[in-house]
Amino acid sequence: MELQRVVITGMGAVTPIGNNVDEYWAALLKGVSGVGPITHFNPEKFDTRFACEVKNLNITDFIPKKSLQRMDPCAQFAMVSTMEALQDSGLDLEQVNKERVGVIIGSGIGGFTSMMDSAIAFVESNRIPRFSPYLLIKVLGDVISGHISLKYGFEGPNYITSAACASAANAIGDAFHLLQLGKADVIITGGTEASVNETAIGGFNAMHALSTRNDDYVHASRPFDRDRDGFVMGEGAATLILERLDHALARGARIYGELCGIGMTADTYHITAPAPDGHSASASMRLAMQDGGIRPEEVDYINMHGTSTPQGDLAECIAIQNTFGDHASRLLLNSTKSMTGHLLGAGPAIDRGHPQVHPAQHRPPDHQHRASGRTHPARLELLHRRPRTTPYQHRPLQLLRVRRP
Amino acid sequence: MSEILEKVQTIIADKLSVNPADVTPEKSFSDDLGADSLDTAELVLDFENAFGIKMPQEEMENIITVGDAINAIEKLVAEK
Repeated sequence: MELQRVVITGMGAVTPIGNNVDEYWAALLKGVSGVGPITHFNPEKFDTRFACEVKNLNITDFIPKKSLQRMDPCAQFAMVSTMEALQDSGLDLEQVNKERVGVIIGSGIGGFTSMMDSAIAFVESNRIPRFSPYLLIKVLGDVISGHISLKYGFEGPNYITSAACASAANAIGDAFHLLQLGKADVIITGGTEASVNETAIGGFNAMHALSTRNDDYVHASRPFDRDRDGFVMGEGAATLILERLDHALARGARIYGELCGIGMTADTYHITAPAPDGHSASASMRLAMQDGGIRPEEVDYINMHGTSTPQGDLAECIAIQNTFGDHASRLLLNSTKSMTGHLLGAGPAIDRGHPQVHPAQHRPPDHQHRASGRTHPARLELLHRRPRTTPYQHRPLQLLRVRRP
Repeated sequence: MSEILEKVQTIIADKLSVNPADVTPEKSFSDDLGADSLDTAELVLDFENAFGIKMPQEEMENIITVGDAINAIEKLVAEK
């Protein structure tokens, strides 16, 4: 059977540096940092007291107050980014066959904050069970896609994917495969996360995964920097409208780009740490290129995972080097997490929310940045703990050409 | 007892995002005010917290209209 081609026809985003795609994109180009002191709770006693929170989002502009009571922030973010993406796609909601429209969203944790708040209230009320009937519909992850299908009446495949930081990537992958197989015409996909809460910060602190650069938090999220000391928690959502090419063409949709291949692997090394040799990351990149019929030399740009943890960034660099060999030195590499922080399960969606229309791809490489030698994945200078001579600075999103090792 | 009525009106209007003036005793929670079973259960919880009462399950099942809720609350408040 012939596989269908799949294209992207709409985008939406709610991020720590912008509450829609235009704002987000403009902030990326300016090199805006989304980090600030934690406001969702009092972080005084925590090792990490900063995060990349979503700011100035007037949620009642998007979702009626009555519905908000039933939605965890993670579902709210996904709804807002989906509303934008659907509008952006120009999909005619009267005309489209709703039985053939699916919703597949990724989330690492789901309604974590609602769960925690309710457990605290239970304990504080002397363990008298007076739980809200809304509680579980806020906690369960699947309601993220459920709310979207209810609002629009989309009756196609509907579920969430959960695979830690790759949750949204898996959602996009599933959507891609279902569309390829002709099981749907359109799938709303992406990721969402809202875990700037006591449990998440405390839990990741206990694992020594978060940056504790409290005295200089603006520069705490520094993927591939020698002095990186962990990731910065982010929150938000991003949505892509994926569509079968023939369906998009038939309705005269604007096409941002084609999704042509996916690779998925697991590295079986450790429950949290990546395999230091990056073998599985390497394999998934090879599989994706194979799937898409792309030769390694044809790859120009990679928006890297780049969480800014000591182990993760290093393994990722090694994986890229091993996958691309000599071509690695010609790749354009960066990580938008230096500005957005790490959105956990939503990360792959916001990292992917733009490369298809990346204006920076047409810019000359940033020579000044090259010369500074500050972010050099492929040189693996991360290994060395030499003292820094210049302070770390956020750079506008420009693609960095990596020097030969 | 108009104090109870007023309080109940405010709670319902807030929870269901309706105009307090529309919350009159003859209104049905589901047919007139757009509440589903989860909303009704949540409202009972709010009434219990607001009036310091505990509404028995069989009492809850008989609540169809705003008036039913007010009667049940009045009874339970009087029994306190």
